[in-house]
Amino acid sequence: MSTLRLDTVSLSYAPVGADDGLVLDRVDLAVRTRDFVAVIGRSGSGKTSLLNLAAGFLQPTAGSVSVDGKPVAGPGADRAVVFQDDALFPWLSARENVAFALRLKGTGPAERARRADALLERVGLAGAGDKAVWELSGGMRQRVGIARAIAAEPRFLLMDEPLGALDAMTRERMQELLLTVWRDTGAGVLLITHGIEEALFLATRVVVLAPGPGRVEAVIEAGFGRQFLSGRPAREIKADPAFVAARERLRDLIDPLETKAAA
Amino acid sequence: MSAATESFLAPGDKAATSAPPPPPRPRGRRVGLIASLVTLGLLLAAWSLAAWQAWVSPLFLPSPIAVARAAAGLVTDGFADATLLQHFTASLGRVFGALAASLVVGVPVGFAIATSRIGRGILDPIVEFLRPLPPLAYLPLVIIWFGIGEGSKVLVIALAMVPPTVISTAAGVRAVSEDRIRAARSLGATGSQVLRFVVLPSALPAVLTGTRIALGTGWSTLVAAELVAATRGLGFMIQSAAQFLVTDVVIVGILVIASVAFFLESVIRFLERRFVPWSSRL
Repeated sequence: MSTLRLDTVSLSYAPVGADDGLVLDRVDLAVRTRDFVAVIGRSGSGKTSLLNLAAGFLQPTAGSVSVDGKPVAGPGADRAVVFQDDALFPWLSARENVAFALRLKGTGPAERARRADALLERVGLAGAGDKAVWELSGGMRQRVGIARAIAAEPRFLLMDEPLGALDAMTRERMQELLLTVWRDTGAGVLLITHGIEEALFLATRVVVLAPGPGRVEAVIEAGFGRQFLSGRPAREIKADPAFVAARERLRDLIDPLETKAAA
Repeated sequence: MSAATESFLAPGDKAATSAPPPPPRPRGRRVGLIASLVTLGLLLAAWSLAAWQAWVSPLFLPSPIAVARAAAGLVTDGFADATLLQHFTASLGRVFGALAASLVVGVPVGFAIATSRIGRGILDPIVEFLRPLPPLAYLPLVIIWFGIGEGSKVLVIALAMVPPTVISTAAGVRAVSEDRIRAARSLGATGSQVLRFVVLPSALPAVLTGTRIALGTGWSTLVAAELVAATRGLGFMIQSAAQFLVTDVVIVGILVIASVAFFLESVIRFLERRFVPWSSRL
């Protein structure tokens, strides 16, 4: 059991001491392995900055980011990232993309190919290993991106709006894939999304960020993903009154202005 | 409307139905090719007519047939103690020697300029100083310093080829996607692994583009490089033929230089399609 912890983290793009340019204001967040934490919020709430801090791409202006108490100094294979625009390596085939982390570790070519093919099969791309990146659709690319990340056997999977660029049908398929990957790897997931329904369906905990500067507005526990994994159909879950009520509650939290206007 | 169609439109909403645009007709390329061929044919016809009607003295403008005959003679008997093939290989050897030198120097310099402020500070002024200089301007200095041997000729060409190589490489390295670097680092790549597995392949298309531009520049520097103390080479052949007013050989030389340049360009374009097919797609 590991914990990725953001402890009263603030991030500012302005020089130290200046008030403006504050992106995140004293945010606390903990992701344990086997957690699925979704972060939602309007644009400008610092969602992506939060992920970049967790990944180690950025260093906080104040506060600390740590894994099991050890400060995060930079990116590392224990926190693999899935990007919105896939960020695959177009000079490599799908298989070689997935095998990238293994290649970095010095795994031999035969073993690399074998494990990459197994991972591709797990994300529903069996037999697509030789395909070039540009031959794949957006959804398929994102599947390769997910396989590439789990090939590193990370303790935490950080996903920055991975389904944001996909069409609605593909997105629902991919949500189900994310749940099975989460169950099978046992990794802790930090998912940044702007989809309220997506966050609620997938996450064990939904963190709502408020904008200007980004801060934690609310934390909601959920468990609909587990229902799906125990065999309940996704559409039935999403039509469940409990799901709908939670979704409306989240919507109120994210967009309070509209609620006031309607009242 | 079929019976199964349901409408979810609120009153006042307009249905967004319109016919899809017709697919574009794939005839643009062929039209361009035909236009090029017609232009070429017209030029050749005008040239033939001018020679046939003797509007211009054959001393200045020999007929296409005379030029073709000169070309055949160049292949078998040669000019100035060397056959066309020998002139050609001498020139090609110089340009490829210069290409090798400009890649060995230019690619690392491009990387240094793109990745380090200090590298940029040191090297950028030198490249920018060299870039606009015409080869004829530094040719005398190269001869004073390095003599009239083969090395000087390669150096003159290489000096013209280095700046485009450097500038293209630096642009390619600078354009490496930040997300891809981040992806590699989050998969556990060290700094040198990022350089080898991400930056290098990312920059490869730009290096090839630089090579293509550099080959063009180098090839056009050839005549200047062969101005002094050459005994072989296409540039030398043209110049010595001009001194004796052997205009047909001059024209053959020009045509050969132009076709080789065109051929090299095509080879690089082929290499681009073969080795970096993804660069135009993503």
